[in-house]
Amino acid sequence: MPDWLIIRTFWDLTVTGLALGSIYALVALGYTLVYGVLRLINFAHSEIFMVGTFGSLLASSQFLNIPLLEDGNYPYRAGMTLIFFLVVILIIAMVFSGISAVLLERVAYRPLRGNGDSIGAVALAFLTAFIVSLIFIDDTQVNVIISLVLTAPIAYSYLRIFKRGRKAPRLAFLISAIGASTAIAEAVGVWGTHGRDQYQTARILEKKTVFNLFGTDVRIDYVIVIVGALLMMTALTLFVNKTRLGRGVRAVAQDAETSRILGVNVDMIIIVTFALGGVMAGGAAMLFTLVYDQTRFNIGFILGVKSFTAAVLGGIGNLKGALLGGLVLGLVENYGSAIFGGQWKDVIAFTVLLVVLMFRPTGLLGESLGKARV
Amino acid sequence: MSEILLDFNNVTMQFGGVTALSEVTLQISRGEILGLIGPNGAGKTTCFNVMTGVYAPTIGSVTFNGQSLAGLKRFEITKAGIARTFQNIRLFSEMTAVENVMVGADARKKSSVGGAILRTPRQRREENESRERSMELLKFMGIADRAHNAARNLPYGYQRRLEIARALATEPQLLCLDEPAAGFNPAEKQELNELILKIRAQGYTVLLIEHDMNVVMKVSDRVAVLDFGKKIADGLPDQVRSNPDVIAAYLGVDDNAS
Repeated sequence: MPDWLIIRTFWDLTVTGLALGSIYALVALGYTLVYGVLRLINFAHSEIFMVGTFGSLLASSQFLNIPLLEDGNYPYRAGMTLIFFLVVILIIAMVFSGISAVLLERVAYRPLRGNGDSIGAVALAFLTAFIVSLIFIDDTQVNVIISLVLTAPIAYSYLRIFKRGRKAPRLAFLISAIGASTAIAEAVGVWGTHGRDQYQTARILEKKTVFNLFGTDVRIDYVIVIVGALLMMTALTLFVNKTRLGRGVRAVAQDAETSRILGVNVDMIIIVTFALGGVMAGGAAMLFTLVYDQTRFNIGFILGVKSFTAAVLGGIGNLKGALLGGLVLGLVENYGSAIFGGQWKDVIAFTVLLVVLMFRPTGLLGESLGKARV
Repeated sequence: MSEILLDFNNVTMQFGGVTALSEVTLQISRGEILGLIGPNGAGKTTCFNVMTGVYAPTIGSVTFNGQSLAGLKRFEITKAGIARTFQNIRLFSEMTAVENVMVGADARKKSSVGGAILRTPRQRREENESRERSMELLKFMGIADRAHNAARNLPYGYQRRLEIARALATEPQLLCLDEPAAGFNPAEKQELNELILKIRAQGYTVLLIEHDMNVVMKVSDRVAVLDFGKKIADGLPDQVRSNPDVIAAYLGVDDNAS
């Protein structure tokens, strides 16, 4: 057998590829769910993931008070303490991402559907006032005070505009998505304590080898990522297929108008959809920090593009497709960079996407949530 | 005079310069079957859409059970107790028959998002109730044997009846059927007639929009006729049948056309 890198490191590439792919898959679920229900590519979803990584960071550094280093060593925890800490970090990351996804929907999309409400109006009004005051005054605290004062009148006028109930053209949603994405990332880049630099997250998990796979050592963090992602996806699938709200999500994905007539509160279902996608992205974010121990204001961008690619690869709107697309993409990237070199990684990923779409325009598994819509 | 369920008071509906409904006044009493007929373009569907909240009337008002429908969202109108089926079938084709009905039944359920995630006992109980009630409705409509097939794989007659079952699942007080006999053969139409009477016997009020005079005349207690957006007749089937205006506007045209 020739001594090629891919053959020597095949199983290692497979394990790390599956772990990375699981993270892609979790984030891809958010794109797929929102697309299935609203036919909207939520480009700001990448930032929901980024917010989740900062949720993990805050959880470990602030809420759990774990230092980056203890006496020059990593602050490893073990046993029940470790499990408890990991669960707390996971939940906080999910809450951060879930809430920001729901807020994003309220502020950036719902008003465009001709359906804005007071929460969206207040949030938008505050943002407007804040941005305008930034032009004149360079003191964040003063800006906040001014914005708070101006929020009420601006919110009132926004509400009056919302009342007209005009639905914006499709392109407006896309622009709003891109705008929201940039705004969230830049806000973290400007106001974060480290600005645009990297943040380290506390490494509480000692990355030991747990077993040996065909001569390759498999580390505990990769195992947690793969198993954790599969568990979360199973839970999501059960929720969508077995509960009343999940049924509502599927109904709206197939035919929103008919759902409405059958008494489904479509706005409520849209909120649930964004929350589900956000929670999955939060889970992905926690798993990501577990492996890479770091984050940054723009960490979501490339990962978001890749996850979106995974969603399209598997068949956007299809939950199983997101899983398959994510895993395939993770593996292909890893194998490809072993063959052609790491600098070709992204080229390989997108070439695969193009080839698949040439032969299967609806992705590997086809659209599912909304297949029925003509 | 029995209790008025739906009151259509002097409703005019304009789209740009086109008047689709002109000063239509129509009442539906609780427990009756009202047939609404008229030639194509007479305003039947517009009438229907105003009733189910798709459009707000330009002039006039619609009250249901004494409550104005103005400003209510679509799902709120459903919760108020109006359900409808569609002329062109609109099922959730990727879901099973029983799931389709359960979406309708869910309109009356209250368990929270948290409950659904944690699968609280209440959520489980509601889920079971929904499923049982939906199966009962499928049995009532005579299509329970295909309950677990995807809706798109059901035969046409089953799909039509599934739509009615799904509408009934929302526990309406008024059931609006938009041309339920479309595409049916005489035997199926006969079955449909019996079904509509059976539905009324359960205490539902039925508004029936139908092209097929046989169906309308046989099952309706009362028939209203629209022509060019105006109501030209309203009465017992036999009275309407012999009304010269109706013959001229509707039956006459129909005869010439064939």
